[in-house]
Formats: sequence, structure tokens, C-alpha cells
Amino acid sequence: MMTTSVKKKIQKEFKEKMDYDELLNCMRCGFCLPSCPTYIETGQQEKYSPRGRIALMKGITDGVIEPDDDIAHSLDLCLGCRACEPVCPSGVKYGRLLEDARSIIQTNKKQSVPVKLLRKGIFEELFPHQNRMEKATNLLGFYQRSGLSKAVRKIGFMELFPSSMATMEKVLPEVPKRKEIKQRPRFFEHEGEKKATAALFAGCLMDTMFFSTNNATIKLLQKAGCDVVIPENQLCCGALHGHSGELEKAKQMAKQNIEAFEKEEADYIITNAGGCGAFLIEYDHILKDEPEWADRAKHFVSRLKDISAILVDLDFQNKYRLHLPEQTVTYQDSCHLRNVMQTFEEPRTLLKSIEGVHYEEMEGANTCCGSAGIYNIVEPDMAMQILDHKMEKVEKTHAKTIVTANPGCLLEMKLGIERANKSGQVRAVHIADLLLEALD
Amino acid sequence: MSSVKVKKKLNKLKEQLADIVGTENVDDTTSGRLVYSYDATPNYQSLPDLVVAPGNAEETAAVLKLCSETETPVYSRGSGSNLCADTCPVKGGVVLLVKRMNKILELDKENLAVTVQPGVITKTICDTVEKEGLFYPPDPSSMKISTIGGNISENSGGLRGLKYGVTRDYVMALQIALPNGELIRTGGKLTKDVAGYDLTRLFIGSEGTLGVITEATLKLIPKPEAQKTILALYQDIEAAGRSVSKIIANKMIPATLEFLDQDTLRAVEDFAHIGLPTDVKAILLIVQDGPQEIVDRDIKKIAEICRSEQAVDVQLAASEEEAEKLATARRSALSALARLKPTTILEDATVPRSEIATMVRAISEIAEKYNVRISTFGHAGDGNLHPTCLTDSRNEDEMQRVEAAFSEIFEKAIELGGTLTGEHGIGMTKAPYLEWKLGEAGLQVMRGIKQAIDPKNIMNPGKVFADESKERMVAAK
Ligand SMILES: Cc1cc2nc3c(=O)[nH]c(=O)nc-3n(C[C@H](O)[C@H](O)[C@H](O)COP(=O)(O)OP(=O)(O)OC[C@H]3O[C@@H](n4cnc5c(N)ncnc54)[C@H](O)[C@@H]3O)c2cc1C
Ligand code: SF4
Ligand code: SF4
Repeated sequence: MMTTSVKKKIQKEFKEKMDYDELLNCMRCGFCLPSCPTYIETGQQEKYSPRGRIALMKGITDGVIEPDDDIAHSLDLCLGCRACEPVCPSGVKYGRLLEDARSIIQTNKKQSVPVKLLRKGIFEELFPHQNRMEKATNLLGFYQRSGLSKAVRKIGFMELFPSSMATMEKVLPEVPKRKEIKQRPRFFEHEGEKKATAALFAGCLMDTMFFSTNNATIKLLQKAGCDVVIPENQLCCGALHGHSGELEKAKQMAKQNIEAFEKEEADYIITNAGGCGAFLIEYDHILKDEPEWADRAKHFVSRLKDISAILVDLDFQNKYRLHLPEQTVTYQDSCHLRNVMQTFEEPRTLLKSIEGVHYEEMEGANTCCGSAGIYNIVEPDMAMQILDHKMEKVEKTHAKTIVTANPGCLLEMKLGIERANKSGQVRAVHIADLLLEALD
Repeated sequence: MSSVKVKKKLNKLKEQLADIVGTENVDDTTSGRLVYSYDATPNYQSLPDLVVAPGNAEETAAVLKLCSETETPVYSRGSGSNLCADTCPVKGGVVLLVKRMNKILELDKENLAVTVQPGVITKTICDTVEKEGLFYPPDPSSMKISTIGGNISENSGGLRGLKYGVTRDYVMALQIALPNGELIRTGGKLTKDVAGYDLTRLFIGSEGTLGVITEATLKLIPKPEAQKTILALYQDIEAAGRSVSKIIANKMIPATLEFLDQDTLRAVEDFAHIGLPTDVKAILLIVQDGPQEIVDRDIKKIAEICRSEQAVDVQLAASEEEAEKLATARRSALSALARLKPTTILEDATVPRSEIATMVRAISEIAEKYNVRISTFGHAGDGNLHPTCLTDSRNEDEMQRVEAAFSEIFEKAIELGGTLTGEHGIGMTKAPYLEWKLGEAGLQVMRGIKQAIDPKNIMNPGKVFADESKERMVAAK
């Protein structure tokens, strides 16, 4: 329960900090409603729609209502998928409003002990420290290789967690040894004619748990004619923090990343995780009020591209013969790659250019799979409801391979396969890995 | 009543409503009430006490009966996309959601009719019947979110109104829950029916003030064989207006004849990125449908007329996809304009189509006179324009000038033989002006009807009938 003084403080901060012009920019037409997964999944409850959430934020700012737990829940249940943005004719920047509102509530609201520990663990102790991420992954690796994971699974230790986490444990990828991560070179030379220099944004998760996907990405860039550098001292992008109300921490991380990439004057900054890209692209926005950073942030953002986009730009798909054994393939958009980075044609173009691939577009491929950062940990019920509906759509395509472009989505699809009892029959892969497979 | 008493009364009402519809379908949380405190009309907001979502006609009737007994106001709500504050719960009470009644009940191909529940989305109806080679023409710009119950209650028009008419022309039969708790059926799947007063028509456009529509049977027509879309570009707004009148004077009725001025074009292009021309003063978006030869012939003639009226260019949409993109972009016009200024106030004054050019000119003059920014787009072909004022509700001085400007636009429309609203309804925004159009005697007839059906005035109170009418200004010459 929120106490009166907490309510007062939240209300005051809404008045001071919310962007009122942006709140007014929503003209309440409702054009965003059919695109919002939580509106649809809750039986069309307006309080779980973008129009409703904006009205709630405005209601608090105007003083028409007081904040309460119910309102906080309406915001918590938002996936942050931002499907409501590209369909809004008025151009409301919903994601930014959400971030600001969450940040205010987060800093003032008391949280239950487990949630607090989880948040502290994730946001302060783990993600901002790449070496700790590597160690954590290392631990996970030890756990997997030692056979301990099998033992634990048998004992049912994971049953103690929400069911989604228990299944999640089964689908985590085989992680590399820490030594392998440490020993990777920081420069890779182009193949064939040189087209550009690309600096890889390695990403915290991508460079630990999904290390091999990063290696695939590097290889593809080299093949496409890029020199590839991996700038030192880069960190997690800060998306998880920014989207969960920990904006100050996200800013610090942004600054360190901008500095790291300034050292390498590459033509492009490449990501292979839609979720990271969509946050990196907002660096200029989150640092707009800091004069010594604003221009540097803009320069950073102007060079940012997703791996699919640069491959298509450099005509990779026509330069090489891509082929795979005959199979039906479908693509699940990464919400952030689609709605924020506006990259959605390119992955499809690449997939369709692979010989042997029968590409089948999935109904609702552009709607969120339910992964959404740590959403499936914090809101497991809604996340699983969304995921199960997603798997019904996958089934209709008869695809044997589901392709994604973001680590969160990839894990989520694997989780979905597991829940639908389809492991062994259907697989989920990152687009970079599939392209490399098609190249060999 | 003391606040303790009010609370007690509300709690009791909540329990009784829950008995009818189930606890999960009654909401009295702050968040639940706030999100139904508004619709798409700027500057109107008021919280209801309760929100209730009945699942069928019988439950709806029972809710109304209970509300009558307790004299609780009821506001029926579809998607809340109306533009005249029609779902704003100004007098407190209960917002009644129709969202659970959202099924298509029957598609009758022999009688060319579809029977639906009130919460079905307009576009779902169009798409469903088109798969069967049939056609439901009324297509308000909000069709991807508006409900059929809302369309019927506002008698909504759309882009195809010129040739095919409006929602009214397609409603064959209704089922209605009345404030006294009775369910009645009006009309039938009949092309001829003169038994009694035409109650179907009475409920069409009644803005939720008489009862709740719980089922509707809609007329369908065969889907036109072919369709073509052109854009005519103008550097002179009035020339566009003249083209409209001339096309019609030449005995051609296009399916769609839409007008967009430069401000609107720029805002829409900013959103849609489909390459609309933004360096011209206005465009006409024209669609003709029907048998291929007639479409080809009409489009050719229409293009000639546009050119003869100084269109600087006439472009043909290359494919069906491109045509669809243009129509979708046009449908986003109002919301897209909202990106330009904090507050967008839109009206829908309508004039006989021969007066379109005069009206377009009058609107620019009035905007200049009151120093307000008005962009205009709309269904030019049926004389239904949407002058939209781009303003900021926090600027009181400007808001007064906006109101004065709109008063003068209404005055002008009526003077030209037109009306206050072509399709958006009276609601609260235009209630004070209704007497200008109907006269006191006309209003009196409406009051009598309202009294007979809803004697306790529980259905959407505060709408259509104003507490006070606006003084009519001396038309500024
Ligand atoms: C961007 C935009 C574009 C628009 N374009 C057009 C257009 O081109 N043409 C046009 O005509 N309108 C247009 N509108 C206005 C609006 O969309 C229509 O009036 C639409 O019909 C409203 O449908 P709704 O489901 O949102 O109804 P609501 O707004 O929820 O309700 C409208 C009225 O109907 C009543 N009502 C709703 N359901 C029932 C029911 N089952 N029984 C009895 N009464 C009921 C309500 O009480 C209210 O008085 C537009 C609106 C927007 C925001
Ligand atoms: S967010 Fe955009 S689309 Fe949604 S109601 Fe507001 S203006 Fe309309
Ligand atoms: S971000 Fe996604 S879940 Fe949140 S309001 Fe927008 S569409 Fe809905």
C-alpha cells in the first residue's frame, strides 16, 4: 500500500517532471488500442491501454486523481513494447512518458523485499559491471557443465520460482568459458573489398550468454567487407535500467559507452540486439539536458545500425550464395527493433534470400512475445498468457525455425517452444547465427 | 446527501450491479474510473462512480432497470472515439461498456444482411463481409477502432458517404434495451416496412440518450467490381472547392471526394511517410468504384475537370495498395494534426455541396479575423468539412477567440443552408447551438420524445439538450 506521504511526493514529482506537452499531445483518438497487447489480453481494459495509461499519468499530473497501487500496476503491466508509437498519428512518444512515470514511482514506492533484492541484484550489482556479468555467466557455465544443473532440475529446486523461471532455466544457452571471452581479439579484418569500419556494441548479455552470436555477427560483418573493432570499456546499454525507472544509472552507463566508442572513429556502431539498439538510439534524448554530452550523444546515435540493416545496405545477401536444408522459417519481430529502430523489412529480406528457406510470415509477428526485459520475471502471468498465444500463431505457420533479433526474444521463444512441448521439433535462433549457418 | 450516505448508496449499487453482471465486470477503482472519464473531445473530463460491462441484452436491460429505480445516470460507451463529449460522464453515475457484446451473429447472404452485437468494431464488419464479396460502405475515419453501436448512435458518415450514404442508410433492424428494463425490436430484414412509426430511425443518431442498442441488423450490397483513386493537386484552395461542385454538376458521383489543405497534408505526411505532396495548397483525393468501364470513363472525365479548374497536377494511384495507403493516410488526418499543437478542436459544419467553395473561403476569412489557426480537411463531396483549430487550451485569451470563430462558422454554415454537424453529433459541445438549427418548437418535439422514453432522464444526461442555448450573434457581414 502507498502511504499518504508517498502519494503526495509522487504527485508533486509528476507535476514537476512529466513532459506536459507530450501528455497533451495525446488527443485520445484510440487509434493505438488495437496494437496494444495488454489491452487485448486483458479483455479490452482501457486502464491497460496506451490511451488509458497516458490519461492516468495526466490525471495524476493534473491532480484529478491521486496515485495508488492500482495505477502503478497499470504501468507495471505495460510491456514497454512501444507498438503504440508507430501507429499513433499524433506522434506521441509514449516510451518516454512511461520511462519518466516509472522512474518517479520507482524512486518513491516501497517495494516488497524479494522484488527489491532482485532489482538491487540486477540493476546495481550485476549489469553495470561487465566483469561481474562475465563471472556470473561463468558460474552459470560451471553449473551447466558440471552436471549440477541436471541434478538441480531433478530435485526440483527451480520449482520454487515462478513457473516461467523454472522453464527458463532449461532454455538458457550453453555459455562459453570466461577464458574464451577474455581471449577474443578486439580487431577483425574485412574480407574482400573494404566497405567500412564497424564498431561492435557487444552488449552485456550478448557478450556473455550469447557470445557465439556475437562471434557470428563479427564474421558476417567481415564477410560484408567491414573492419570490425570491439571498443574497450563498453558496458551494458542501460535499457533494463531506463525502462524500469532507474534513469540516473542509465545515464551514467550511456556516458561511459559514448566515451568508449569515441575512441574508435568507426563509420558504424553495430548492435545485434533490438532491445539494446532501441535504448542506444535514445542516448541523445536522455542526455539532452547535459550540455557537454548532448552533441557527443547525437554523434553516437547517428552512427547506430542493426546488423540486418547494415548487411542489406552492403548487399550481403546478393554477394554470397546463402543456402540451408529445405525448411519453413518464420520471423518474430523484436518490438524495439521494429517500433523504435524501424528495422523490420531487412531481416525478412535476408531470410527470403536464403535458398531452401520457405519463408512464412506469422500473423501478429509484429506484436510482443511477452519477454520485454525482466517483464517475464515481474509479471509472469501476463507474460505467459501472451507467450502461449504467440505459440499458437507460430504453430499456424508450420515453421521449424523461428528467427529473432534480440536475446530476450530468443530466450522467450525457446521458453515458448518448451512450454508447447515442441523442443526437438522446432528451434529458435538468432538471425546472425542462421545467416552464418547459411553461409558455410 | 452526506458523503457517508453517498458511499453507502454506491456500495449497494455496486453489489446489485455485480449480481447482474458478475463482480469481475464492475469496477470502482480510481484507475478504472479515470480511464472512462473522457472521450476524443478535448477539454471534457468527469469521473463516473462505477463502470459496468454487461455480457448480453438481458443483462443490459436489467442494469438499466436498476439504474432507473435508483435514478442513476448511464452513459453507454463503445470505444469513446466520439468528438462531441458524448461519453463524458458529466453527471456522475455509471459508464456502461458494450465491449463484451462483440460478436458477429449472422451473415445472411440471401437477404444481404449481417446481424451484429453493438461492440463489434466497424472495420471487422467491413473486412468480414468483403471476404464474401459483399460490401458495408459506411467507413468513418475511426473505423479501425469505432464500434457499430457508436456509429449507429452518432449516425456516423465516412469517406464513402457521398455515393453510398451514411450509417443510417444501412440499419435495417435494432434490438434496444430501454430505461424501463424492456427489450424491444424495431424494423426487420425488409426493404419495405411501414408498420408504425419508424423507431429504427429514431434511435439512429440518438447519442445514447434513449436506450442501449444491444443488436443491429445491417444492410449489405454487392462489392463493386473495380476501383480507381486519383489525387488532384491545387495551389488555390477555392479552385479545389470549385472542382468539387463541378464534378457533381457533371452528373458524376464519386465514391470518395476528400479535401485536404496544406497544413493537414504536411501533418499526415509527417506521420505516414507515403510521399504526399506537401508543397501544394490543397489536394482532392478522389475514388470512383463500380464496373470497370464506368470507373475508367468517370476517372478520365474527373481528371479533365480538375485540370480545367487549375489543378496543377493529377496523379493516378498505381496500385490497389497505394490507393489503400492514401485512404489510410487520409483517415489519420485529425490525429495527425494533433501533433502540431497541444489542443486540436475540430468541427464539422456542413453545407450544400454547391456552397463548398464559398464555405472554404469563409473559413479562411474567419480564421484571419479572429487570428486563430484553422486547418481544413473533410468530406468535400458531401459538403461536410472539418475545420480544425490548432490551439492550446492553456491560453485562455486564444480559447475565447477560438470559440467566437466557431460560432461564426456555425452561423455561416446555417446561413448557406447547412447544419452545425454533419456526422459527429451534438453531445455537449454543440448542445448550446442546437436551437439555432431546430428552433424552439423543434427542440420541444425532441424534449417530448425524450420524456416519453426516458422520463427519469438517466440516459446520457447533459447531452444534446443544453441547460441554456447560445445567444445567436448578428451574422458578421
Ligand atoms: C480520428 C477520428 C476520426 C473520426 N472520423 C470520423 C468520420 O470520418 N466520420 C464520423 O462520422 N465520425 C468520425 N469520428 C467520430 C467517432 O469515431 C464516431 O462518432 C464513432 O461512431 C464513435 O464510435 P465509438 O464506438 O467510439 O462510440 P463512443 O464514442 O463510445 O460513443 C458515441 C455515442 O454513442 C453512444 N453509444 C455507444 N454505444 C452505444 C450503444 N450500444 N447503444 C446506445 N448508445 C451507444 C454513446 O453514449 C455516445 O453518445 C472520428 C473520431 C476520431 C477520433
Ligand atoms: S497515443 Fe496516439 S493513437 Fe493513442 S490515443 Fe493518444 S493520440 Fe491517439
Ligand atoms: S508499450 Fe506496448 S504494452 Fe505498453 S501501452 Fe504501448 S503497446 Fe501497450
